[in-house]
Amino acid sequence: MNIIVCIKRVPDTEARIRVDGSGAGIDKTGIKYDLSPYDAFAVEAALRLKEAAGEGEVTLLTLGESSSQETLRKGLAMGADRAVLLTGEVTLDGLATAKTLAAELEGVEADLFLLGIKAADDDQQQVGPMVAALTGRPCVSGVSSFEVNGSTATCHREVEGGSEVVEVDMPAVLCMTKGPNEPRLAALKGIMAAKKKPLEEKPATEHASRVRLARLSEPPARAPGRIVGEGADAVPELVRLLREEANAI
Amino acid sequence: MANILAFAEQREGQLGSAAREAVSVAARLAEAAGGAAHAIVLGGPGISSVAAGLGAYGATTISVGEHDALADYNPESWVAPIVDQIRSGDYAAVIFAATTLGKDLAPRVAAHLDVPLASDVTEVELSGGTVSVTRPVFSGKAFANLEIEASPALVSIRPNVFQATEQDAVGEVSTFTPDIDVSALRVRVIDRKSAAEGSVDVSEASVVVSGGRGMKDPENWGLLEELREALGSDAALGASRAVVDAGWRPHGEQVGQTGKTVAPKLYIAVGISGAVQHLAGMRTAQTIVAINRDTDAPIFGVADYGIVGDLFDVVPRLTAEIGALKAGD
Ligand SMILES: Cc1cc2nc3c(=O)[nH]c(=O)nc-3n(C[C@H](O)[C@H](O)[C@H](O)COP(=O)(O)OP(=O)(O)OC[C@H]3O[C@@H](n4cnc5c(N)ncnc54)[C@H](O)[C@@H]3O)c2cc1C
Ligand SMILES: Nc1ncnc2c1ncn2[C@@H]1O[C@H](COP(=O)(O)O)[C@@H](O)[C@H]1O
Repeated sequence: MNIIVCIKRVPDTEARIRVDGSGAGIDKTGIKYDLSPYDAFAVEAALRLKEAAGEGEVTLLTLGESSSQETLRKGLAMGADRAVLLTGEVTLDGLATAKTLAAELEGVEADLFLLGIKAADDDQQQVGPMVAALTGRPCVSGVSSFEVNGSTATCHREVEGGSEVVEVDMPAVLCMTKGPNEPRLAALKGIMAAKKKPLEEKPATEHASRVRLARLSEPPARAPGRIVGEGADAVPELVRLLREEANAI
Repeated sequence: MANILAFAEQREGQLGSAAREAVSVAARLAEAAGGAAHAIVLGGPGISSVAAGLGAYGATTISVGEHDALADYNPESWVAPIVDQIRSGDYAAVIFAATTLGKDLAPRVAAHLDVPLASDVTEVELSGGTVSVTRPVFSGKAFANLEIEASPALVSIRPNVFQATEQDAVGEVSTFTPDIDVSALRVRVIDRKSAAEGSVDVSEASVVVSGGRGMKDPENWGLLEELREALGSDAALGASRAVVDAGWRPHGEQVGQTGKTVAPKLYIAVGISGAVQHLAGMRTAQTIVAINRDTDAPIFGVADYGIVGDLFDVVPRLTAEIGALKAGD
């Protein structure tokens, strides 16, 4: 079972985001970076599948700066076998990213290609289905868990107000959401082993962004909230405010 | 003159707010561009009778693809008819709703047309032939203003953010039957479970009542259920990750970084501390109410209105007061 997982290095979910002086980027001082949360679920799913199959290889692929090595090493420490870093600029044009990844994945023989459903920095939720379309492979998005049976994968996905079971022919692209299996933490042994695992770094075939970032801004501060009162006695006043001031009920 | 296309999503043969919002946005942009708004709907036989209703939201023509294989969403059969319509129409922009379906479909269409997509936008404008959008990034911790330097500009709009505006207009419906080879589909839906009849999804509800670890026990969710009922049919239940991970509530209800993003008119957080990853999913709600016994809970930092107190006292009273208010309407 050979599985390729596309992962991205993003600011840690706790990170405080401040816009820098240029108004078109974030102030990177003090920001910790980590594997994007959904990508961690994708790595976990890949490792479990390989373990269940008892054979195969899990390859990690990322497009990013050299610092993404650290994120790849984390995935290797979790148990992935090898990693590829395409060094290049990541823009807000998801299609440009998808083209770069697709160029690398074109013609590659693997059973499954896993991505996170959404990267925690640009929140675009688009690269997975785009990579699938560009490489001509079938794709299921929003997969919380799946089972492989022969040449198909049976995927469980959440949709508005319900759930679906979808069967897809392999090789397939699956965009993973949070699933039942919490991503594992790398053990010390894994961290040591990861240092020796192959990590190939090469320049990306870059595609110009056709999405121009005009301005990045911090969210408008919400008008300071107010504590209406304490305990159940505050409820009538809350209801009055919701109706008369906020027009919300 | 430039026309704008809206992809109007049907679910179980009905057009909902996602369709109306997309068409309304298309109509507004078309007016700015001096062109017309068109809509495309895909569905099973008979869908055209429902589709005609989109005229009232400003679609002058409504193309309806009818086919047995289109009754339910399948990316393998839905992309081609939309790509064909876009190619034949010389559109300046195409509007999708950023629903589960729209977020699955729009990127595929974008890749086929080789044009970028701006996902989940909260503002969109068209001026001087350029489409510009605002969209939350870093889980809502920042907003990016973007200009899309390609035509057509593909955009998906965050549900509940844009107003659906009814006009005194009718649209012309034309029906076509796409060519679909069902045996060639590489993705097959083999089972579909709908949630309870009439329930709305948390990502689309206009009111959300969310519970966190402060609820103490899954048995106590009856309290939130009653509050949801008092708030009306457009209200849904949400949850923090802590209670989803504990198995108290299904993941489909989780709001936040690794759950759903919601933008309701009213969000009521009950016994939720307001961790940054939770805020990521709900900070664009119009009005936020927090009920928490800890004055220092970070949720009060984003709440418009807060009550400090024991939720087991506050929630039943809130349900009763809202019930009484609604009964008097
Ligand atoms: C990568 C990552 C992704 C994450 N994604 C998400 C996500 O998508 N969504 C999410 O919600 N979290 C997410 N989290 C988890 C998040 O960090 C918090 O752990 C979680 O939101 C806490 O849930 P909670 O508010 O229900 O629980 P707690 O933080 O335990 O808060 C419980 C609150 O209830 C109050 N309380 C207790 N008893 C009462 C009472 N009787 N009356 C009134 N108030 C009471 C307490 O004062 C407290 O504020 C994520 C974390 C990480 C690291
Ligand atoms: N620069 C990148 N390198 C590798 N994978 C990526 C990159 N950007 C996005 N992805 C993958 O695509 C998924 C969706 O990203 P997005 O469409 O940007 O929200 C992510 O969860 C990753 O799996």
